[in-house]
Amino acid sequence: MSDDQRYGLGRHIVLPGPLRLDGGGMLAPVEIAYETYGTLAPDGGNAVLICHALTMDQFVASPHPRTGKPGWWTAMVGPGRPIDTDRMFVVCANVLGSCMGSSGPATIDPATAREYAMAFPVITIRDMVRAQAMLLDHLGVARLAAVVGGSMGGMQALSWAATFPDRVAAAVVIASAARHSAQNIAFHEVGRQAVMADPRWNNGDYYNGEVPAAGLAVARMAAHITYLSEAGLTEKFGRRLQARDAKSFGFDADFQVESYLRHQGLSFVDRFDANSYLYITRAMDYFDLAEEHGGLLANAFRASRARFCLVSFDTDWLYPTRESRAIVHALNAAGAPVSFMELSSPYGHDAFLLDSPELYRVVAGFLGAGA
Amino acid sequence: MTLRPDLAVIADHVAPGARVLDVGCGDGLLMAALRDTKGVDARGLELDAGNVAAAVGRGLSVIQGDADTDLADYPDQSFDYAILSQTLQTCRAPDKVLRDLLRIGGRAFVSFPNFAHWRVRLSLLWGGRMPVTRLLPERWYDTPNIHHLTIDDFRAHLAEQGIVTEGAWFLSRGRKTTSAAANMLAEHAVFLLRGTAGDSGSLHRK
Repeated sequence: MSDDQRYGLGRHIVLPGPLRLDGGGMLAPVEIAYETYGTLAPDGGNAVLICHALTMDQFVASPHPRTGKPGWWTAMVGPGRPIDTDRMFVVCANVLGSCMGSSGPATIDPATAREYAMAFPVITIRDMVRAQAMLLDHLGVARLAAVVGGSMGGMQALSWAATFPDRVAAAVVIASAARHSAQNIAFHEVGRQAVMADPRWNNGDYYNGEVPAAGLAVARMAAHITYLSEAGLTEKFGRRLQARDAKSFGFDADFQVESYLRHQGLSFVDRFDANSYLYITRAMDYFDLAEEHGGLLANAFRASRARFCLVSFDTDWLYPTRESRAIVHALNAAGAPVSFMELSSPYGHDAFLLDSPELYRVVAGFLGAGA
Repeated sequence: MTLRPDLAVIADHVAPGARVLDVGCGDGLLMAALRDTKGVDARGLELDAGNVAAAVGRGLSVIQGDADTDLADYPDQSFDYAILSQTLQTCRAPDKVLRDLLRIGGRAFVSFPNFAHWRVRLSLLWGGRMPVTRLLPERWYDTPNIHHLTIDDFRAHLAEQGIVTEGAWFLSRGRKTTSAAANMLAEHAVFLLRGTAGDSGSLHRK
């Protein structure tokens, strides 16, 4: 398999498609950038798909080519880790609509030979999942031993189990929800409006000039607050001043928390496309798994034969525990085998990406038990 | 793997291949035994996060939750048996939990420590202090047992509620003891129950 160019790091495939989209359109061709770790078993039974969150990417356990930072989940994925690449064949693909090599608004539209920009079709979480299924077909993976994701990755994992019930043996859904609440949509709309209010956004047509960095940075700052808990912010920054002894009576970043958020915003624009941010947040806002199944969430899982493991964090107010419990309730009603835990963490939604021995233990136990 | 005596009684009397909900399943020892020896499809509900993690590690499906609040989420008659072992006396509303068990399962196993055991009576009578015994090892302020009951209390409650007793086992020092003097001699009781005629539709389901 080492000679097979389908597997390994830094892979990129152009699939002819077309991919039929929930919004009614078609996408062709479909480009997917992905990483694979480990070796696919001869029977294809050891494949695990990792689904990434909104602004994450396929570099789950390998260095990010632009920032040079290590993968975003190296404590979870790797040799001897809970998702053990010595045993499992792990795939992580950049989602449709994103900007790290998969088809998105920054991709060249073959019809015009220019970037799609806002001509890129509006996509859904299920469209992302269908694109991943096309990739797995290409990789020779008929059925996933597990699909694992946090936040928007968890939405994809749920959508996988509902959309391809025969292709998923186990699903791990961390710090996620089966639909976006009014509050979730509201925060995303603030972010989108910040991007669109930046004159450089230029109706999405900025690829040959200055990017709407100011707008995207503000979007990221607002979103970042939702990833943290109030207690976490207080502990980390309190009211401490940034590199000064007194307030400036001006509008510099006097407070450490302001400086931190500005840094988060600025470093984000270096690695993320503003239009991708619009498209992916839209996909999340449109996500309502029950709505896709006659308004009853349990119906989404009736055909599924997967085992489920859900984990929430007690200080996550973006996708609070009650959202996970609603999913657990629906899985119970559908008779699906489900485990659920609320873990304690001071770090809010971000906890799923931070060091969490309890999370590793549960995921390792859940996945190991099925093998 | 040796099961606690009350759990062994339950394990002996669950029909092979049944669907079982173990409420307050701890680290999943009984569920694992039922799965491995009887091919039972077992699901669990457990309050303690560490116990849930341990049970998940055994390959069991366990939800972190509270019998007092989370049983309402389970559909009617979705299990053949609901099990509540050594948990009734810790519930805020044991009567409601019992009703939920019989709504969710066709039958229910309920086990609890007998507060009328002679050692407990002696301790209270002569010592004048809340009993601290082998089976009730916590002191009055740190015990999770907030609704102490006796075997006769439970029997009276079943009669009042029209709940049918299909089996009852009484244990002292891990051995079975007689039904007649159980309220005095038994440390543990295990009851196999089913609801009244009105809600026992599952009896002939299989």
